[in-house]
Amino acid sequence: MSAVIESHNHDDHHHGPAKGLTRWLYTTNHKDIGSLYLWFSFAMFLIGGVMALVIRAELFQPGMQIVEPEFYNQMLTLHGLIMVFGAVMPAFVGLANWLVPMMVGAPDMALPRMNNLSFWILPFAFFILLSSLFMEGGAPNFGWTFYAPLSTTYAPPSVTFFIFAVHIMGASSIMGSINVIVTIMNMRAPGMTLMKMPLFVWSWLITAYLLIAVMPVLAGAVTMMLMDIHFGTSFFNAAGGGDPVLFQHIFWFFGHPEVYIMILPAFGIASHIIETFSRKQLFGYASMVWAMASIAILSFVVWAHHMFTVGLPLAAELFFMWATMLIAVPTGVKVFNWVTTMFKGSITYETPMLFAIAFVVLFTIGGFSGLMLAITPADFQYHDTYFVVAHFHYVLVPGSIFSIMAAVYYWIPKWTGNMYDERLGKLHFWLSFIGVNVTFFPQHFIGLAGMPRRIPDYALQFADWNMISTVGAFLFGASQILFLFIVLKTVMGGKKATSEVWEGSRGLEWTVESPAPYHTFTTPPKVN
Amino acid sequence: MNEGSKKTIKTLSFAVLGMFTFSFALVPLYNVFCEVTGLNGKIELRATNDKNIEIDNGRDISLQFVSHNNEEMPWTFKPSEDNIKIQTGKYHTATFYVKNTTNKTMVAQAIPSVAPSNAAAHLKKLECFCFEQQELAPGEEALLPVRLIFDDKLPSSINSVVLSYTIFDVTDYDNVELTQHSTNDHHGHDDNHHAQHEMEPSI
Repeated sequence: MSAVIESHNHDDHHHGPAKGLTRWLYTTNHKDIGSLYLWFSFAMFLIGGVMALVIRAELFQPGMQIVEPEFYNQMLTLHGLIMVFGAVMPAFVGLANWLVPMMVGAPDMALPRMNNLSFWILPFAFFILLSSLFMEGGAPNFGWTFYAPLSTTYAPPSVTFFIFAVHIMGASSIMGSINVIVTIMNMRAPGMTLMKMPLFVWSWLITAYLLIAVMPVLAGAVTMMLMDIHFGTSFFNAAGGGDPVLFQHIFWFFGHPEVYIMILPAFGIASHIIETFSRKQLFGYASMVWAMASIAILSFVVWAHHMFTVGLPLAAELFFMWATMLIAVPTGVKVFNWVTTMFKGSITYETPMLFAIAFVVLFTIGGFSGLMLAITPADFQYHDTYFVVAHFHYVLVPGSIFSIMAAVYYWIPKWTGNMYDERLGKLHFWLSFIGVNVTFFPQHFIGLAGMPRRIPDYALQFADWNMISTVGAFLFGASQILFLFIVLKTVMGGKKATSEVWEGSRGLEWTVESPAPYHTFTTPPKVN
Repeated sequence: MNEGSKKTIKTLSFAVLGMFTFSFALVPLYNVFCEVTGLNGKIELRATNDKNIEIDNGRDISLQFVSHNNEEMPWTFKPSEDNIKIQTGKYHTATFYVKNTTNKTMVAQAIPSVAPSNAAAHLKKLECFCFEQQELAPGEEALLPVRLIFDDKLPSSINSVVLSYTIFDVTDYDNVELTQHSTNDHHGHDDNHHAQHEMEPSI
């Protein structure tokens, strides 16, 4: 195959990356851009994590100890925004960049220059958002859901910077999604039909469609806020004929598909890893695809379950309760398939597999607490308590973030050509696993006992579990420094990886050597 | 780039524009949806032209009035009667007392809401102070009338209805004519009240 490549590319610089900083600024290579996305999201993960630790440190004991309530609210808001838009979403886009072209046998993403643009506007968005910390009136303090009128009438002046930051993030996500869809729909290797695509590709195809559908709605919502604040309109202002509840409808019309955007790629990743380390073919491939598609479609008709207490009429409460519970069916199908894949498999427990199994177990716990929250009459009790915080952290931290870590351990030998340190990897897993559960499991208890979320101080009876939760948070936070160390160590060197890397690995990305050459599949492979 | 890719890009770009437009279309759709179904307790902010609504043998229901002041709206605003007995299919007039307690001319807008919300679709108004803005000079007071009727299709499970009004400060503080009264008012309205209340009601 190399002979073919030689004859097509007579310019030498096509064979490898350029040198120096400009390589990263000007690159249109999907692997470079994938790495940029992943490093960027890791940086954001650490920044958002430090904010989480400020929150947990303040909650270590009742009473105000470390920060002012105003600053606490800013930490809370930025933590949410940065983790959602800065850590989880860019990490998945980074994985998509690295893996989708290699998995479908394409030489690169379909729109390489737009790919460069969609990455390089992101640092500016977060620079704008973070710079609001140093502005008069402080950073946004209205929670990541930025409900009007808290985010319009009562917002600090920096809200305008927040709005533009969200616009830029949205533009980046939309461009990234267009790129992924065009690549998948038009650049698959001959013979790779849709129902032969690897599940990670399927999960990203569905995710990208969700992004295309809802990111413009988010852009619309913040644009309306901008107009209410600066141009005298009254979209969300009752005095001018608007309606604050309308904001919540628009926001959650974006917001609920958004939570599936943050979990569907994780489903794809878990499927690959469980299949490989069980040394069996994945059970129920087609049902996995249909389950993801159903979850995506259902995500558009459940948004008001975030709003059960705003005064919805009975019919709406019932509809959104049942529609929400319906999602448990396709999700249950997926969990069943993962468990069945492992059943009677020759399982080995390398670090990616540990993270993937923890993902299945802990994500399911988050799913169950979601089912509890879906019960409308019960939700009136749970609404805005720490139970909700425990629920969505269970689906996002040991859900999305564990899957991202699993993916990094699973594919890093392919990216760097080196095996990671298995001993350290396992240590990282166990520290994270214990840290996550110690942090978030007690939050179920204090939530059910009535502790409200988004407060810097609390009643004395919640003190013990909060203290334990804070200890867990610092353990989890510290173990991510170990993760950084492991990744750096792997990039620098280590045991050389083979092409297959894992015994029983399936898929086109394992047919190229490790590390993957700068250009892969310049001639499309043939899929049986 | 092949033709297929170009076509996909075009389709997706239209989808993005379409969804952005859709987010703005949600605003009127939401209002129409709420008005048609009466969800959200939303009432039409215009006089009814329904002539055949009056009947003689309506049933008795109780109507409660509630008044709220939005944010720091300083006016006195309260119903003349808290609770009245009325019949469906018959017009009734109620009044609200309002007084501008400040030393500057202010403009207010009242926004109604009905509970239970499924009564909203059956409440019709011939006349209401909420149809227009109210301007009061310093210290001026007024009795604001609302003339209303419940049609006879009001669900039989509803025996008591709450009609609530929230009064909003919509004074245009950038307008010199209105603000000249407040030149001596040092603790008066600050800048953050400017932006949000400039707009005329869109309904």
